[in-house]
Amino acid sequence: MATMTLVQAIHDALALEMERDPRVVLLGEDIGKNGGVFRATEGLWARFGSDRVIDTPLAEAGIVGMAIGMSLSGLRPVAEIQFVDFIYPAFDQIVSELAKFRYRSAGQFTAPVVIRTPSGGGIKGGHYHSQSPEAYFIHTAGLKVVMPSTPADGKGLLAAAMRDPDPVIFLEPKALYRTAKGEVPEGDYTVPLGKARVVREGEDVSLITYGATVHVAEEAAAMAEEEGIHVEVIDLRTLWPLDVEAVVQSVEMTGRAVVLHEAPRTCGFGAELAALIQEKAFLHLKAPVARVTGFDTPFPYSLEKLYLPDALRVIGAIRATVNF
Amino acid sequence: MVFLRALDEKAQHLQRAGRIGFYIGAAGQEAAEIGSGFALRKGDWMFPSYREHGAALMHGYPLSSLVGQLFGNSADATKGRQMPNHWCDRSARVVSVSSPVATQLPQAVGVAYAAKLGGEKSAVIAYFGDGGSSTGEFHVAMNFAGVFKTPNVFFCSNNQYAISLPFAKQTAAGSIAVKAAAYGFQGVRVDGNDILAVVRVTRDALERARAGEGPTLVEALTYRMGAHSTSDDPTHYRSEEEVEAWRRKDPIRRFAAYLKKEGVLTDQAEAAVAEEAREEVQRAVAACEAAPPVPPESLVEDVYAEMPWHLKEQQEWIRIPVKG
Repeated sequence: MATMTLVQAIHDALALEMERDPRVVLLGEDIGKNGGVFRATEGLWARFGSDRVIDTPLAEAGIVGMAIGMSLSGLRPVAEIQFVDFIYPAFDQIVSELAKFRYRSAGQFTAPVVIRTPSGGGIKGGHYHSQSPEAYFIHTAGLKVVMPSTPADGKGLLAAAMRDPDPVIFLEPKALYRTAKGEVPEGDYTVPLGKARVVREGEDVSLITYGATVHVAEEAAAMAEEEGIHVEVIDLRTLWPLDVEAVVQSVEMTGRAVVLHEAPRTCGFGAELAALIQEKAFLHLKAPVARVTGFDTPFPYSLEKLYLPDALRVIGAIRATVNF
Repeated sequence: MVFLRALDEKAQHLQRAGRIGFYIGAAGQEAAEIGSGFALRKGDWMFPSYREHGAALMHGYPLSSLVGQLFGNSADATKGRQMPNHWCDRSARVVSVSSPVATQLPQAVGVAYAAKLGGEKSAVIAYFGDGGSSTGEFHVAMNFAGVFKTPNVFFCSNNQYAISLPFAKQTAAGSIAVKAAAYGFQGVRVDGNDILAVVRVTRDALERARAGEGPTLVEALTYRMGAHSTSDDPTHYRSEEEVEAWRRKDPIRRFAAYLKKEGVLTDQAEAAVAEEAREEVQRAVAACEAAPPVPPESLVEDVYAEMPWHLKEQQEWIRIPVKG
């Protein structure tokens, strides 16, 4: 196995899938000669040509709309939106068009597009380079939403997304692009969509999270361990459709749940997780489900560190849950 | 054209009698629809707007499917998922219709790009109205098609009104066709009530597309004689004098007069054609209206290729509506 960063692992998945399947095409802004602003597509333009690695005009609705058309006629397009904060001009194409083709045509037309996009904060990017809008897409029937937290998952989940028959919003935690390093299986490698990963086992509290906050959760779990609290950390990997069994099983065992994400709190994905746990594991609960999240504000620049959940906030919630 | 008029008249009656919920007519625009549809070849793709059922019929969309879609029952190949006039047929390459206008235009560029990439000698026609030309997607699609030199024909049925707003409120340009110049390709304005002119212009544009000479923007100048839809009352926003002036340019009367002058049509034959059309429409309506409703369980089908747990759960709620 090779050691890679998250962005290298994503590059590896793109290159291998393009090699494996001639229907795969990439499109987006600056992804060709320039290799993408985060270098995820570096070298692919030279290797596969400008017909398959397509530098588009600057227009997100065009990128997604064009990708939809390509998918309708049998190609497997992977669209890159440079930052998820720029995705809103394409919002209608995503939620009303991409997500709905299968349903509205009763399966006659399908749109297996993957939209890759850097998401989340932690890079001093301010409001327009740091948002976490996953809840909009989870709320949209017809989309799958995926977020890796390790290089191995970055490769395996992206390859699986590119082979999936449904549209996938693939959110890449940009704070992890170069900070997350790890062993990545070489060659053909997939991680099935819809399966969570138990990062760390523990019987006192279930700490449920995804993306960049998986690493915050691990830190908080290690701190809790010193206090004699054994935390089970679950990385959801696919946010929707959710691996509900993994969540419920864990909570039934521990009786306590803390959900953690950096997206804003109100109507965030944590609210759905809390509701599901309440519906499906109510009689096992020894404490209310706790949420550790970002704030209900626009994403701030100077106060980014305060905005993003850190291990101290998480350990606070763990203690409150245990001492309820 | 006569057939389309008969279909529209019947559908309006069905709506007024409460037998279908809604209808969008094409009266007055038959030459633009039938002429452009006639110019298509098998293998070409069509992205209709909600008023192009005539063009779709010309391109192989079966009448039974069209009428079945109006009823939204089990005669509807798309399982009653959308309101009337939102149809599709994969086998005829007629793509599913969206209510928001012009969203199909960038998608049409994607299909055209795929055709070009695959070395297919097919063209892609995408329909929209004068209102559609005001949207961001119109600009995005024209720009992308110009840059990538895709085999697209953008067909604007300029029927003078977007619901109540006249053409002058959509653009200060005075013409849609002139806009093509800004995107680096050819724009053509044609008398949309002259079927022979429409056939010629559309056929030329499709030929150029298939020959790799890039996109064309066609503006067919016509008039919507009826209401925007069965939910609209056009007497609120336009005068009877204006309608009467266009009624004199009715494309059906005009073409019939020409054919009679040329000695290929008689009054008798004309009446027979109209009668035959009414009968065929009547037969299709009788067959489709008698079909049973869509099965309730189908509500949660086709959201994804494979039904995830949450939709299986919701399907159970349909089967057993009240629990506990």
